[in-house]
Amino acid sequence: MAGDVAFFAIASLAPCSNRHVLCVRSGPARGAASHSPKKSTSPAISIFQWVVFYALTFLASAKKPGAIEAPINSKFESNSVKSTCFLVAASLLLLSVVPVIATAAVLPEERVDLLYHRYDGGGVEVDGPSVLVRKNVGDSVSVGLNYYVDNVTSASIDVVVSASEYTEERDEYSINVDYLRQKTTMSVGYTKSDESDYTAETWSMGIAQDMFGDLTTVSMGFAYGDNTVEQNGNPDFKEDTEVRSYRIGLSQIFTKNLIMAFTFETISDEGYLNNPYRSVRYVDGGSPVGYSFQQEVYPRTRTSNAVAVRGNYFLSQYGAVNAGLRYFEDNWGIEAMTYELGYTIPYEEDWILEARFRYHDQDKADFYSDLFPFRDAQNYLARDKELGKFTSTTLGLGGSYEFGRSWSMIDRGSLNLHVDYIYFDYDDFRDLTGSGAVGDEPLYDFDATVTRLFASFWF
Amino acid sequence: MKRINCCSILLALSLLAGCAGEPWVKPYERANLADPIMSFNRDPVSASYLHHVYDSREGARGAGIATGGGCGCN
Amino acid sequence: MNIKISRSLPRLLTACLISLVCVSLTGAASVKGPAPNFTLKSLSGKNLKLSEMTGNVVLINFWASWCGPCREEMPLLNALHKKYEPLGFTVLGVNVEEDMEGAMNFLGHVPVDFPILLDNTNKVSKQYKVVAMPTTVVVDRDGNMRYLHEGYKPGDEKKYRQMIKKLVRE
Repeated sequence: MAGDVAFFAIASLAPCSNRHVLCVRSGPARGAASHSPKKSTSPAISIFQWVVFYALTFLASAKKPGAIEAPINSKFESNSVKSTCFLVAASLLLLSVVPVIATAAVLPEERVDLLYHRYDGGGVEVDGPSVLVRKNVGDSVSVGLNYYVDNVTSASIDVVVSASEYTEERDEYSINVDYLRQKTTMSVGYTKSDESDYTAETWSMGIAQDMFGDLTTVSMGFAYGDNTVEQNGNPDFKEDTEVRSYRIGLSQIFTKNLIMAFTFETISDEGYLNNPYRSVRYVDGGSPVGYSFQQEVYPRTRTSNAVAVRGNYFLSQYGAVNAGLRYFEDNWGIEAMTYELGYTIPYEEDWILEARFRYHDQDKADFYSDLFPFRDAQNYLARDKELGKFTSTTLGLGGSYEFGRSWSMIDRGSLNLHVDYIYFDYDDFRDLTGSGAVGDEPLYDFDATVTRLFASFWF
Repeated sequence: MKRINCCSILLALSLLAGCAGEPWVKPYERANLADPIMSFNRDPVSASYLHHVYDSREGARGAGIATGGGCGCN
Repeated sequence: MNIKISRSLPRLLTACLISLVCVSLTGAASVKGPAPNFTLKSLSGKNLKLSEMTGNVVLINFWASWCGPCREEMPLLNALHKKYEPLGFTVLGVNVEEDMEGAMNFLGHVPVDFPILLDNTNKVSKQYKVVAMPTTVVVDRDGNMRYLHEGYKPGDEKKYRQMIKKLVRE
């Protein structure tokens, strides 16, 4: 700790004054949309920055209450990651405090998005609207408000096997505020998600700093979630979960055609992490079908780490290609790799076409099994196919039509349709509606179509 | 010993301040990077929705586009 | 994959971060000396030489159509040009794009009265060591650079106006 304090002392002495200026990605290349760059206000350290600084310090060092019951140690050292994030955040804050001559970064664009989303697959249908409004307040602040609804009709394989079809509505409200000061963008956000048996509240904060002539952007984020799990039909059931996530990112311009981004995120949850409706099955000779169900039992903590690298490469008149790779692992024994590839090409003056491919390969949690040998076979029991061994493959296409450049009310607008087809293929989750000997039922797979139809307006 | 090592690294690197390189991609060369098709997050609402779909159906999470909120999707 | 993060990594990262900042230090933003001469083709087709403007106060603005603050600034520069032109002042908009399509598109929506020069090989941008977008250089009647402004934020046009008023009186 003393060494860290020494670092801050040195950092505050560093005579950093960064002159390089760039207006980065501040509007469309095609056409005449205008965008206001935001100026910094007073040179004094704002109270807001210090509040953020101390909040980060407090949260990063806060001890987690409760027993740690994780069965397997994570390969990453979570504490080191947390203190890294803390130090990065503090350094960035110090940088933003030091006087600079020129400004660089710009706030997000002002816009309104109206989206209709639909998910259809595996017996589950979810659709609903999502509305986003983003507006600048003054010169340095941008506020975003989002309202999102999921209307769920679920007859998924889990539901069909042990329950009956249900419908549900989930509402989500969120607010995000970005504050731009010279080369630093600080953001805070709050999201509340509400459904009949689950309430989730998330507070998040982040900071991003441009440096190196704006070729590099370093960012850091922290989010804290407080969730309450209930059970429909059981008013006495009420459990809590706490989630903490820390995230570090670096975005780097390599050439005039290539930009890459590196992200590292660690998330830890604790509390009631399973699902009150879900069960595991075990071999039961006494049962007519040969197996019986019991409630799933999860550890009360989970720590996960994910590292991702993404790149975007410009191919001039042939559009742009983007690729991404993510490695995930957690202390429940899950390991996963996700590969993404995308291609975007403008067509004529007003169209942008996009194609996407994604492949996700996941290994199962240590305490997961489709069929346990007997009741209470392990301390922890899971049969949630999300935690099993499976692959998911996605192919997506999207089109965007731009309009409204000559309209007076708006700068420009776009009408978009994106459709993704996802195929989930499970290696150790069996379809109990199929026929077969116990433990030999057909492996489950299903496909889903995800549709997004939306209109965006820029001001 | 560790502290001396860290401080000396810091000092050495600060001295490099004199050899500050100009950005190798000049501001006037960033037309391509400014193109909306090069944006990592061109349609934030749509992207965050798709991200939510994956998050609630796969065991892996994190290091994607930043999204908030939790979901008790069953 | 077995990644071990040692305890010294946070310190190392902080050291890198601080040094990154220090390395991006540059000298003071002063500008002196004669403005480098150049000849560029304008949008109207004819060539324009900076030395031909001696006797006038010239505001050279390096801009690009893909740059938001640059677009924001253009109408304001046009207003300055119209106001002070009778007193011996002109704005020169130097477009730094390789392809003039973006500029033409933008000017179709936001027309300006001052000459737009096309620096499509970035020769002049390098001459003037442009490190920001937009960059404004104000040259006095003798052809000497007197003021340099990098970037644009609302309110900067007042600074330009002050400098122009001062130089126009010389």
